Amino acid sequence: MVEGARSLDPEERRRAWERVVQAYWKPAYVYLRVRRGASAEDAEDLTQGFFARAFEKRFFDGFDPARARFRTFLRTCLDGYAANERAADQRLKRGGGAIMLPLDFATAERDLPPSSLAGEDPDAVFHREWVRAVCAEALEVVRRRCRESGRDLALAVFERCDLSDLADADRPSYAALAAEFGIPLTQVTNLLASARREFRGAMLETVRARTASDEEFAEEARRLLGRESS
Amino acid sequence: MTLPDATVDHLLRVAGGASDATGRYELQEEIGRGGMGVVYRAHDRDLQRDVALKVLGPGAEAGDLARRLHREARVLASLEHPGMVPVHDVGILDGRAFYVMQLVRGRRLDQWAAESPSLAERLRAFERICETVAFAHAHGVVHRDLKPGNVMLGAFGEVLVMDWGVAKVLADASGAPPAPSGDAETAAGTVLGTPGYMAPEQAAGDTRAVDARTDVYALGGLLHFLLAGSPPTAGSLPRGSPRPLAAIVRRCLAIARTERYTSVIELAADIRAFQAQDPVAAYPEGPLQKAGRVVSRYRVPIALVLAYMLMRVALLLWTGV
Repeated sequence: MVEGARSLDPEERRRAWERVVQAYWKPAYVYLRVRRGASAEDAEDLTQGFFARAFEKRFFDGFDPARARFRTFLRTCLDGYAANERAADQRLKRGGGAIMLPLDFATAERDLPPSSLAGEDPDAVFHREWVRAVCAEALEVVRRRCRESGRDLALAVFERCDLSDLADADRPSYAALAAEFGIPLTQVTNLLASARREFRGAMLETVRARTASDEEFAEEARRLLGRESS
Repeated sequence: MTLPDATVDHLLRVAGGASDATGRYELQEEIGRGGMGVVYRAHDRDLQRDVALKVLGPGAEAGDLARRLHREARVLASLEHPGMVPVHDVGILDGRAFYVMQLVRGRRLDQWAAESPSLAERLRAFERICETVAFAHAHGVVHRDLKPGNVMLGAFGEVLVMDWGVAKVLADASGAPPAPSGDAETAAGTVLGTPGYMAPEQAAGDTRAVDARTDVYALGGLLHFLLAGSPPTAGSLPRGSPRPLAAIVRRCLAIARTERYTSVIELAADIRAFQAQDPVAAYPEGPLQKAGRVVSRYRVPIALVLAYMLMRVALLLWTGV
């Protein structure tokens, strides 16, 4: 994805750029709202404008994997872009002829945690949104693969156990899951183990696609999963 | 739909815990359960064999229990002996600490004892237990939870001492003291063990007083169980057992550690002495007991000499007539 965004082939560059937008627009939006204190309307304009300008001006050509993570590089570009836009008081106006991206800002705004606006570390917020996006993409991969391979029960147990918005103490016990799905306890363990392993693999694939070098991938994977990952 | 923070945190944890082991072992059925976790018969897909997999219960992926489970695996792995179960693997499975060991196909000691093996067979099994425990002591490890449920008799007659989860490491093989964290999981005042087989110092939570003689006490309880079919209660001795064996049990179960055997090797030596009808250190003999034992031990040659003498007397009487 990152390599493709710097490709000389226009088609490949566009496809990679779309994936970069998909992966990073929401962290960028939340970052602008929190770090830059932008209003919802300004953050939307800046997000749209930033990615459109990145494509037109080939921002990503200047990325050097040896100097920084892609995520850090992108955020630095975003900082510079937002500062320039404000200094020149040249807000992009929606529908003003630039590339318009189909981004769901309403959902992003709705899910914006109130606490983050009150003073959470902006860098942490950007990272958090990035992690959330990685998890969401990996989940979609797991869902697709489980359905394609006929492992609907594994997916159902995984979603019931791991996707509910509950504190760990309130999550259903393995025994409760066994009773709920009418299967032996050992099968619950095996199904969960299989789905979680699939999820771990999908996460690593997602991180691999969003990083620009083996070193960056290893560092991100270690940071996310807490160990050397392969 | 956007994933809530709590869900993201949880997913990161489960993904972090889903190591390669998650796909390698397929759990098949529960074969044991204890305070620390559950033991499953599992299938190792890589090596295509059945194994025993001990894993913590859900929700216990970190903390003292996980450290204790991994410490147990390390203790087992450090003690290579025919009476110890070999450890094959250790790690995190499905977010929970686990280790994999050889699947022992056999019976627990209490199940085996219920089939009324002969006294000689029971003493042979007990001697094998003593050998394993003595080996562990020589490597600075005290078991601390010896009981019938923690001994397995394998299909090929092997006797295996299991469940080293509360073992105490006194010193490494070189005699050096353990690392400072060696007994952190069993801090002073924490009572770990099984009533009936637990030495008084262990029951009192005095971890500093625990040494090889603590296992000697539990072995006395085991011997009582093998002789009487039940654990000792309040200093009881196995009824109907030969007096030297009752004396061995009594010495093992002494309240004061100084009155017990100082080592399992001494205990095993007394068991062997009894089997060979030699003097037993725990049983001071009077002249009558000594004579009885000598007669019993040498009954065949004594019988032959007596028969010979009777024959000579009979011959003299006959020729005198």
